[in-house]
Amino acid sequence: MCGIIGVIDKTREAMDGSAIREALAIMDERGNGEGAGYAAYGVYPDYADLYAIHVFYDNIVEPKEKVEELLETWGMIEHDEEIPTYESGRMKKVHIPWRYFFRPNRKLMPQSDTPDDDIVTHLVMTVNTTINGALIFSSGKNIGVFKASGWPEEVADFYRVEDYEGYLWIAHNRYPTNTAGWWGGAHPFNLLNWSVVHNGEITSYGTNRRYIESFGYLCRMYTDTEVVAYLMDLLARKHRLSPEHAVRALAPPFWEEIERMEPSEQELNTAIRLTYGQAMMNGPFAIAVASHDSLVGFSDRIKLRPLVVGEHDQRLYISSEEASIRTLDPAVKKISMPRAGQPIVGRVVA
Amino acid sequence: MIIGSRPLKFQVTVDHDQCMLCGRCVDNCSYNVYRMEDGRIKVNSRNCVACHRCLAQCPRDAIMIAERPCDYRNHPVWTDRVRENIYKQAESGKILSGGMGNTGDYPIIFDRIVLDACQVTNPSIDPLREPMELRTYIGKKPRKLDITYGPGNDVELNTKLVPNLKLETPIMIGHMSYGAISLNAQMAMAKAVSRIGSFMGTGEGGLHEGLYPYQNNMIVQIASGRFGVDVNYLNRGAAIEIKIGQGAKPGIGGHLPGEKVCADVSCTRMIPEGSDAISPAPHHDIYSIEDLKQLVLSLKEATEHQKPVFVKIAAVHNVAAIAAGIARSGADAVVIDGFRGGTGAAPAVFRDHVGIPIEAAIAAVDTKLRQQGIRNEVSIIASGGIRHSADVTKAICLGADAVYIGTAALVAMGCRVCGTCYRNLCAWGIATQQPDLVARLNTDEASVNVENLIHAWTLELAELMGAAGINSIESLRGNRDRLRGYMLDESMLDVLDIKPVGA
Repeated sequence: MCGIIGVIDKTREAMDGSAIREALAIMDERGNGEGAGYAAYGVYPDYADLYAIHVFYDNIVEPKEKVEELLETWGMIEHDEEIPTYESGRMKKVHIPWRYFFRPNRKLMPQSDTPDDDIVTHLVMTVNTTINGALIFSSGKNIGVFKASGWPEEVADFYRVEDYEGYLWIAHNRYPTNTAGWWGGAHPFNLLNWSVVHNGEITSYGTNRRYIESFGYLCRMYTDTEVVAYLMDLLARKHRLSPEHAVRALAPPFWEEIERMEPSEQELNTAIRLTYGQAMMNGPFAIAVASHDSLVGFSDRIKLRPLVVGEHDQRLYISSEEASIRTLDPAVKKISMPRAGQPIVGRVVA
Repeated sequence: MIIGSRPLKFQVTVDHDQCMLCGRCVDNCSYNVYRMEDGRIKVNSRNCVACHRCLAQCPRDAIMIAERPCDYRNHPVWTDRVRENIYKQAESGKILSGGMGNTGDYPIIFDRIVLDACQVTNPSIDPLREPMELRTYIGKKPRKLDITYGPGNDVELNTKLVPNLKLETPIMIGHMSYGAISLNAQMAMAKAVSRIGSFMGTGEGGLHEGLYPYQNNMIVQIASGRFGVDVNYLNRGAAIEIKIGQGAKPGIGGHLPGEKVCADVSCTRMIPEGSDAISPAPHHDIYSIEDLKQLVLSLKEATEHQKPVFVKIAAVHNVAAIAAGIARSGADAVVIDGFRGGTGAAPAVFRDHVGIPIEAAIAAVDTKLRQQGIRNEVSIIASGGIRHSADVTKAICLGADAVYIGTAALVAMGCRVCGTCYRNLCAWGIATQQPDLVARLNTDEASVNVENLIHAWTLELAELMGAAGINSIESLRGNRDRLRGYMLDESMLDVLDIKPVGA
């Protein structure tokens, strides 16, 4: 099961987290109280040009020291603090969430065209695979992921998401199957600008993981969703495909459809399938992917998971259920159901 | 006569109560087992190779063939086979040879790997109701696409794809030459693959004129003997394959006995009639990887870069590093032939003892190419002991793009795997050039059998994919998460990079 929701305001008008909390909670039926999370874009305007690195610490002694040493090696921590949390009921601080506002020293990666991003990716991979008791779960600029084990409303209250204001939110309500409901396994998954929420199971995970690992990404979260974030990073950032074409690679049209296309479209789609065949995702899924300037939703090629789209003026909503869109925006103007594999893209205009 | 007669390998008995003296066994046996004498069928069991042609033709089920009816004194070390080989070599002083693949008693890794299926958390997909894509492209693919986004919706694709072979099923037929097998056998397979949207290899025997109508589904081979090779041959094929080695006999060349070089074979191979066609062990213009690169590029030049070039190697210990070298030579696909690969004739000591199984070779090659970031540079075609659709599926999960079948296609045309292909007496008209025997193989009927086999395997592959919740072959390829090892030791699991059952 699992429930997903996303909203983007194309004019970058900020929304606080209270409405998305309600909208996610209305889908409690789709989860089981073992994981929920929110990702918000535009939440750290004071540090907008720094990487906001969120870390779960098992304790704030050894792992914290090691992480900070590594960060200082690769750049400068301009500011850091514990992420404010509010324990209540069964929501206990199992991990200590910490955030760093980090400026990478780009001179340390002279071989790269995008040294800042590559340094941060390297740090995420290194921390998550080598430092016990530390997990970086959010690493973009002006982005924050807030997640934990619990029901959507519990997690929202634990972080007080209503205190954050963002122009783009995605959120997830989890019913875990593949891994137990640990905090790192909750969605959204994030790498740099990319955040992903996912309902379903990726049957092509083995292929996708081996593919993405051959480009230096390391899968560490014991769940299939993280490959989506890495694939988007590879396709849209490193290979510079548009979000639509990146999604086309992940959920491509059937050959039969490609054969009916105009010659130039046919050539492009054939090239995407041949080049990125191993990035194609199979199995039932509905996914929302956020980046700084877009929100993209898509389902698997035969739509084995629900995906509903809502529109209201400058806002675009993507959700597993119509009810949650109506909770988020009772005045929503248009509700539609995209076809299987069809990407739904909302882009900021300013 | 020091050693004398050995026990019969096969004993043929005729049930005279059943026998109606129709004489079909006499007519059909090309090994002279049967004769009609004094109103009875008499047999000479010593000639029998158990090709079963007589059984297949007998209208009364009157024939019975028993294997090794006489025991040697049992000994775990000095087995019957060991002793018989010593007798043969003591008498002949020669290298022992045999047809078909490895007869060694090695565990088959495929049989210790099990496949996955979906339950509850993800739905299986029903191929009868949902699309299921098995289309496979063989050849070089770009590592990344370069797309320019102009104003508005203007999109320009700057990356150009090089020619790939388009397969409607990942099952092809490997290289069995005209000479080793009959023209009718090649013709039947060529008809089958052209109907099914797949490909077959010519082997190193050239391309007979009769096959020109099917040339768009044929891969022409260049082996160390260069038999039948000219620019016309290269341009006719859909792809070109350089054969370096073969799983049944890694490290050595080939030998087509002069008996099989009839007039037509001689023309197609461009060699004198009746002469032995001996391919040297190495290509005498390829003594290193850079020489291979030159040949790959010359072939591409000769065909104006319109034909994918494959390189076939036997699966040997260092197969992964060799394949990585091939991937950098400009070749479009690497064919790996495992040690269970078939052959018309090979020294038994090679056939049974040299090389490694295809399962481990696929895993090692795929992993190495990924580690080096060059997996998209070449496709991997796996061959050597692919017996059914489960083997195909497992090979693809381990990382192969497609498979070649060989023996299985011959079996579909009646072959009983008797292993006497080199004698030019094949009673089924497959591995012979004797016109009367060749005429036994009706190309239209045999092509239907081959087509049926590939079609049936393709259906089974689609069902297995659907059960695993996968609707496109790209998502099966290299998906080792969907395999589990059953009773494989830890080091083997490491090589295959799969988990044991239950994990």
